[in-house]
Amino acid sequence: MTHTFVPILLMLLFAVVVAGTILGLNSVIGRHQRNPSKLAPYESGVPLLDQNRKRMNVRFYQIAMLFILFDIEAAFLYPWAVIYRGASHGPSGLFLFTEMLLFIALLGVGYVYVWKKKAFDWK
Amino acid sequence: MAFDATDIVLSIVKIAIVLSFVLSVTPVMAWVERRGAGMIQDRPGPNRVGPFGLLQPFADALKFLTKEDIIPAQANKLLYTLAPAFGLLPALTTIAVVPWGRPFVIPQMTIGGHVLFTGGRLFEPIIADVNAGILVVFALASLSVYGVTTAGWSSANKYSMFGAIRSSAQMISYELSLAMAALGVLLVTGSLRLSDVVWTQAGSFVLFDTIRVPAWNCFSPGMWLSMVVFIAAAFAETNRLPFDFAEAEAELVAGYHTEYSSMKFALFFMSEYMSMATMSAVIVTLFFGGWGIPWYHVPPTFLGFLLSAIAFLIKICIMLFVFVWVRWTIPRLKYDILMRLGWKVFLPLAIVNLVIVAGFIAKGWI
Repeated sequence: MTHTFVPILLMLLFAVVVAGTILGLNSVIGRHQRNPSKLAPYESGVPLLDQNRKRMNVRFYQIAMLFILFDIEAAFLYPWAVIYRGASHGPSGLFLFTEMLLFIALLGVGYVYVWKKKAFDWK
Repeated sequence: MAFDATDIVLSIVKIAIVLSFVLSVTPVMAWVERRGAGMIQDRPGPNRVGPFGLLQPFADALKFLTKEDIIPAQANKLLYTLAPAFGLLPALTTIAVVPWGRPFVIPQMTIGGHVLFTGGRLFEPIIADVNAGILVVFALASLSVYGVTTAGWSSANKYSMFGAIRSSAQMISYELSLAMAALGVLLVTGSLRLSDVVWTQAGSFVLFDTIRVPAWNCFSPGMWLSMVVFIAAAFAETNRLPFDFAEAEAELVAGYHTEYSSMKFALFFMSEYMSMATMSAVIVTLFFGGWGIPWYHVPPTFLGFLLSAIAFLIKICIMLFVFVWVRWTIPRLKYDILMRLGWKVFLPLAIVNLVIVAGFIAKGWI
């Protein structure tokens, strides 16, 4: 089965060539006139006022953590989605349906908890 | 079945065809976007270079190439240089798993009595017909976050950093809705393979005993919710207005590519349009029948392949125009509203949709 994935690798190789060509061409053709103020960080025309790596709001990290949790839940639903149609009218159809409901209910408990903790509010 | 020399030749031919289309998306879309903006805002748009300003993208490309490539003194030079490529690679590669035409049997080709190509092989107009199709799309689409984040961090500029961190939070939030909404379609198809998704939408059904409607997912009431969520999330995933917090020029100068100039900037620009085109292709495949032609049974011949490929292209163009249309019609949201919308509206809607579709299938309605 893995041989069907080979063309994706080929495509990636072509993409690398395209990106490399464009970047290389630019450094060859482009002008080279450097001076310190050109290389300074962009600050809308004024000298840098404070440090350029500032601290970030912790909410962004919170979102990343929540994303991982929910994305894993989504990943678990994929195999279920693939087999569900074929089995839905068989003996295990009802079982599969209630199993999914149960899974989503469990997910919902966590979701409601996170909502109540105001993790989705940006104020 | 092994992967032999003919397969490699065919793959390279397919990659060449697809790449020529995908790479020409950027100049065409740059023109359509600016002319479209002009049309919507009641002004001419670019109209000096060539007829109707058609040569404007080429002039832009030349200018990008000859401009000075500035690497800020405080930037991380390696990552700063690689970031545009990180953005471009997933945008270029994702299209590999999307089918773009009706498979046909290659006839025997001869030149002057020489057998150039033994016929009888099935030509599948898809670069990689993998069984995990849609998963590959999501996997590669999520990689585009790295381009944005790397660019923002390595620039050593606070606007870049804020733009990058904001848009990565936005992209991962909407990716959830995207993945959950696609589940609705996969439930109906029972397969992750995108060519199977297209085949299940072939043919038509009869409405009220009179109207024959193509059996596309967009005409099936059970799919409407997932279609709306998927398309909205696709706009957020490609950083398009009304969700373009990667740039948000009113607040962040130019967002994650503030420090970028010349062709490196152009690469970000290109990858934005390419991921738009790829997303359009995925939307068309999932909801609008892929390469299917309404009320027409496409024959498995070269002509059928050509017609279906053109139909697919037309559908993508319509979808791309919708992207432009929305950009110049709907104003940008506030960031807190955007995040609230993603987590409190789209995600629950996508999950509810999943239950509804599963219920419909259990009842035998879909």
